[in-house]
Amino acid sequence: MPTVALFVPCYVDQFYPQVAEATLRLLERHGCTVEFPEAQTCCGQPMSNSGEAAAAAPLCAHFLDTFQRYQYVVAPSGSCVGMVRHQFADLVPDHPALGKVRAATYELCEFLHDVLGVRRVEGRFPHVVGLHRSCHAQRELRLASGSERQVAPFDKVKTLLGSLEGITLVEPDRTDECCGFGGTFAVAEEAVSCLMGRDRLDDHAKAGAEVITGVDMSCLMHLEGLARREGRPVRILHAAEVLLGEAA
Amino acid sequence: MGHLTTLRHPEAAARFAADVPRTHWHDQALWFMRLKRDRAAAQVPEWERLRELAQAIKAHALANLPALLEQFERNATGAGATVHWARDAGEHNRIVHRLLADRGVSRLVKSKSMLTEECGLNPYLEARGVEVVDTDLGERIVQFRGEPPSHIILPAIHVKKEEIGALFHEKLGTAAGASDPKYLTEAARGHLRQKFLAAQAGLTGVNFAVADTGAVVVCTNEGNADMGTALPPLHVACMGLEKIVPRAEDLGVFLRLLARSGTGQPITTYSTHFLGPRPGAELHIVIVDNGRSALLGRDPYRRALSCIRCGACMNTCPVFRRSGGHSYGVTVPGPIGSVLAPAVNPLAHAALPFASTLCGSCADVCPVGIDLHHQLLAWRRELAAAGHVPVVKRLALRLAAWIFASPRRYALAGRLARLALRVLPARLTTRLSGAWGRQRELPVAPAESFHERYRRTHGRA
Ligand code: SF4
Repeated sequence: MPTVALFVPCYVDQFYPQVAEATLRLLERHGCTVEFPEAQTCCGQPMSNSGEAAAAAPLCAHFLDTFQRYQYVVAPSGSCVGMVRHQFADLVPDHPALGKVRAATYELCEFLHDVLGVRRVEGRFPHVVGLHRSCHAQRELRLASGSERQVAPFDKVKTLLGSLEGITLVEPDRTDECCGFGGTFAVAEEAVSCLMGRDRLDDHAKAGAEVITGVDMSCLMHLEGLARREGRPVRILHAAEVLLGEAA
Repeated sequence: MGHLTTLRHPEAAARFAADVPRTHWHDQALWFMRLKRDRAAAQVPEWERLRELAQAIKAHALANLPALLEQFERNATGAGATVHWARDAGEHNRIVHRLLADRGVSRLVKSKSMLTEECGLNPYLEARGVEVVDTDLGERIVQFRGEPPSHIILPAIHVKKEEIGALFHEKLGTAAGASDPKYLTEAARGHLRQKFLAAQAGLTGVNFAVADTGAVVVCTNEGNADMGTALPPLHVACMGLEKIVPRAEDLGVFLRLLARSGTGQPITTYSTHFLGPRPGAELHIVIVDNGRSALLGRDPYRRALSCIRCGACMNTCPVFRRSGGHSYGVTVPGPIGSVLAPAVNPLAHAALPFASTLCGSCADVCPVGIDLHHQLLAWRRELAAAGHVPVVKRLALRLAAWIFASPRRYALAGRLARLALRVLPARLTTRLSGAWGRQRELPVAPAESFHERYRRTHGRA
C-alpha cells in the first residue's frame, strides 16, 4: 500500500486541525501509510496569487525540499494543489524536484478517486448536504466537468460523497458559482466578496442543505464566518470530515 | 471613460453593491444571459472543438497580422473601399472628422462600436458641430443619460425599465410613468427612424474583417447598422487591427460562437457583409492600432487580442455581476477589460487585475479560449514588481513569507495568533481583523495546531 506524505495547508494546520486529522484517518482507512513531514509550512499561494512572486518562490522551494522524497503528496485543499501543479513551474522553474513533486501531489478526493480508484466510501452521514465546488478544485484541477464546458459530465467529489450511507446531496442553483473568498480579494474587495458569500449561503439554504461541505477550507472559512455572524443554522464541514462519516 | 477612471474598483464596487436588491437584479439579468449561453452551447455537439478552432485561427491571424492586414487592404481597395490607418485614438478621430467635414456632414448615425467609445469619438465630433446619434437602443439610452455603456453587448443592462420610461418621457415625450418595454421600444424606434432618414453618413464598428475577400462583417440584433448605412452616401467602418480573420470560411466558426456565447442566440439577427461601397456611395474603413501592436509583442497578453467581444466573460463573472460595468472605469470592463486596461495605463488600472477571485469561469466560457484568469495573475505579478500594489499589503505578505520560510518561526507565529484569538475579547480581535471581521466572524482558534497534535500523538520531539 502506498506511502503518502500529508500536506496540511497553513490555515488548516492552525485553525482546523480536525480537518487534517480527518484527512489522515481517511487515508489510513483506505490503506495508506501516512507520514507528516514536520518541516512543512505554506505552499506560498497567498503571496503568489497577490503577485508577490519573489516572496512566494522560497516557500515553493521549501515545499519541494520537504516533499521530494515521497511517492505521493496529498493535501485537503484544491487551491494549494492547484498552486503546486500550475504555479510552481513559473516560480521555481529550476528546482530539481519540481517535476517529481508536481506529478506526485494530489488533492484528497482526487487521490482517493483517481489513484486509489475508490468509488464507494464506507460510512454513514445521514444529513442533507450541499457541495460547494471551490473554483480551483473545479477549474484548475478539474475535479468536475463544470457548468461551462460541454464535456461528458463527471464529479469526483460528489461521487465519493454520494456513496456514503444515508446522505442526501442537494444541488444549489448555479452549481459551481464562486463563493467570493479569493484570498486577499476577501479583504480588498470586501463588499463584493461578502455579497457573493451570502448569495452562496442563500442558494444552499434554498436547496435545503443542513450541511455545506467542500474540499477547500479557505472558501468554507469565509462561508462559515458569514453564516456565524448572521446566526444561520447551517453547519460547515470539510469533505474529509463528511467522508469519515458519523458513528452509527 | 473619463469621469470614472479615477475611481478605484473596490470603492466603486462597494457603492454599487450597497443597494443589495438592485445588485441582485443586475446579477440575475446577466446570469440569465449565461444560462441562455449554456443552453445554446449545449445544442452544438462540437462546441469545445469550435472553441479550439477559433483559438487556433486567431492565433494564426495574430502571428501573421501584418501580411493579413495588407491582404485585407488590397482586397478591400479592389472592391472599391478606401482604407485608412490610424496609429492612435487621436488620429482615428481626426480621420473620421475629416471624412465628415470634407463632405459637409453634420448629422451622423452610429451603430455599436466599442472602438469609437475607446477613442472618445462622440465628444470629439460633437465639439466640432457634428450631431452623433447612437442607434443601438441600449447605446441610445446611455447616450441620453450622458454615461458610457456598462457592458459591451448590453450597454444599458444597469438601467431598469422604469428608469428608461422616465428618461424617454423627458427626452422623447412618452407618457409619464410608462415602463412597458414594447411601448418604450416603439417610441425609440420612431425616434431613431427620423434620425436614420435625416443622417448624412453612417458609422459602424466591425466584428470581422476578412482578409481574403476584403469584406467587413457587422453583427447587430436591431439591424441598425443596416439602417444607418443603407441611405446615406457615406459609410465609415472603424475597426481595431485585431479584427482580421484570414478567410471568409472562418466566419463559419466565429459567427456560430459569437452570439451563442454572448446572448445565447444561434446567430445575431443581422450579420451583414460589406464588400465595397453601394453603387454611388463611399465606404471608408479606418484600421486603428491604439496600443494593439504593442500588446501583440507581449506574452502572455497577446492572446487577449483574440477577443471577439462577445461579452460572455462579463455575463459569467460573479464580480462583474455584483459590481456593474462602470465600476471598472474603462470602455471594455470585466475580465477581458481587466487584462487590456493595465497594458494601456498600469498605474491607473492597477486595481483591475485584483478585482477577481481568479475563479476561472471566464476562461471556460470564452469562445476563443483566452486564459483570462491566468492573464490576470500575470498582471498581478507585473504590477507588484512595478510597485503598483498598496505598500501595506506588500509588507504584510512579505512578513508572512518571512515567517513561513522557517518552520520554527511559523510554529511560534501560529501559536501566538491562536493564543491572541483565545484570550483577547472577540470584539477586539474582530476589530483588529479589519475588513475580514466587518461582516464575518474569525475562525475559532483551537488550543493545538495539527503540527502540535501530531507531535504529541506520534511521539516525536
Ligand atoms: S474575452 Fe472571450 S468571453 Fe470575454 S468578450 Fe472576449 S471573446 Fe468574449
